[in-house]
Amino acid sequence: MNQQDFEQRNEPAWKELDNTITALGKKITPDTVTRSATFPQLYRQICHDLAIARERQYTTHMIDRLNLLMMRGHQYLYSARAGNITHIFRFIGGGFPALIRREWRYFWLACALFFLPGIIMGVAVYYWPQMIYTLMDSNTVMQMDWMYSPEAPHVGRERGADDDVQMFGHYIRNNISIGFQTFASGIFFGLGSIFFLLFNGLFIGAVAGYLTQRGYIDTFWSFVIGHGAFELTAIVFAGMAGLKLGFALLAPGRKTRSRALVDAARISIKIVYGVIGMLVIAAFIEAFWSSIKLISPDIKYAVGAALWGLVIVYFLFFGRRQHAD
Amino acid sequence: MLDSYREIETPEGVELLLRPAGPAPRALAWLADIFIRAIVYTILGTFLSFFGRFGTGLILITIFLLEWFYPVLFEIYWHGETPGKRWLGLRVLNDNGTPVSWGPSLIRNLLRAVDFLPLFYGFGLVSMFMNRDFKRLGDLAAGTVVTYKDNLMHTTQVPQTSASTPPLALKLEEQRAIINFAERSQRLTDMRAAELADILAPVTGARGFASIQRLYQMANWFLGKR
Repeated sequence: MNQQDFEQRNEPAWKELDNTITALGKKITPDTVTRSATFPQLYRQICHDLAIARERQYTTHMIDRLNLLMMRGHQYLYSARAGNITHIFRFIGGGFPALIRREWRYFWLACALFFLPGIIMGVAVYYWPQMIYTLMDSNTVMQMDWMYSPEAPHVGRERGADDDVQMFGHYIRNNISIGFQTFASGIFFGLGSIFFLLFNGLFIGAVAGYLTQRGYIDTFWSFVIGHGAFELTAIVFAGMAGLKLGFALLAPGRKTRSRALVDAARISIKIVYGVIGMLVIAAFIEAFWSSIKLISPDIKYAVGAALWGLVIVYFLFFGRRQHAD
Repeated sequence: MLDSYREIETPEGVELLLRPAGPAPRALAWLADIFIRAIVYTILGTFLSFFGRFGTGLILITIFLLEWFYPVLFEIYWHGETPGKRWLGLRVLNDNGTPVSWGPSLIRNLLRAVDFLPLFYGFGLVSMFMNRDFKRLGDLAAGTVVTYKDNLMHTTQVPQTSASTPPLALKLEEQRAIINFAERSQRLTDMRAAELADILAPVTGARGFASIQRLYQMANWFLGKR
């Protein structure tokens, strides 16, 4: 059959498919319902026609046209179904902790990279306070001194609700962006994540060591203990997600590097979903609970300990029965 | 042919052709998106600044959301397009040609942070030149590809003329070459088209413009016109 005959014979079906796809992309009417019933057959037909047109080496113009039409059909047929809300609940209810436990190697590695330098730096600064100047300049240290000093005039004074909202916005933007960077930079063979984990660990350790040595125990520790449960864990998780990316490139196993990277990223991004959730919670606690000055430090310690307990129990025990992912 | 096509095998067993987009249109699309976001920041910023510190908090959250999730939400709900991409006719697809989904879209947009390093998408650009689909690091990790929405090469149709029988039997590839010439000649200058047609002077038995016309007629004949 020559091209002209082929075109004439199939033109009505192609037009029909064209109209069907256009109609299906719009609002649902009785018309779209009938059309959706004929769509699969028309789509199969265009696949068939395109294959024939290529095989018979018909004109580029025509092949391009059929290719475009099939592409549109393909896009419609294989478009992702809207995310089911039960997926989210199942993830929170057990999928997330199960995932963290399944990737335990990266978790412990990230933990070690974050907490070990932090503790060492903290102890070092506690005994040799001048060590803090290896990480911060004197202005920053003075500012920090002033913020947490129990004698400072602002301590004990209540902050307005609108200040809390401002700080909430600040924590959201800052902390989650840091979480994202910690994850994303893992693609440099894990080096970026290692850097962010080490740097944040050292920095937080140094601050804690310095303020403890200065004796600002209640102003500092009662402030950080509550949101720390979510924030520090989330940073470790972001790091482990990044390390997983990097490791896929270093040791892809039997896969190609690009395939290994894609597979690792599919899992890592789920950890990042959890990281986002935890950092939002942390920002909320930090802005609206940790900052309340009227509550006595003892209550804050108790609540903080409870939050840590909650996080630990959640990640140790949730999702043991159903291995949702 | 030196085309940057990418073939995708569909479950139907038929190959689809996609045309991945290079750095230039993508940079333009990105700039357009930045511009749109800048306008939103300005409007919202002016409005929210009346609400003091409460407003500052909301501005910070808005900046955060626009910074990271603007591309993700558009790519999901606009079938792989952001406003900038729509303007340039680009679209993000999964590697298998299906519309980009949540996970991959988030991966590619979070990894923007590293593609952007050390300056103005330096790593992203190097990465784009190191693979045939112009993928930046985010696309490599997410398994996505940015393509032209309409993947036509914009060939013109064979000009409608009367048909005439070729003087000798031609093989299929030879017929294809003549049809291709007829399709593309309108995008050439007349001089260049005549020059090409003259190569076939022994077949057409004419030169210059007349030779072009003869080739059009043969092309029409091959396509089935009698």
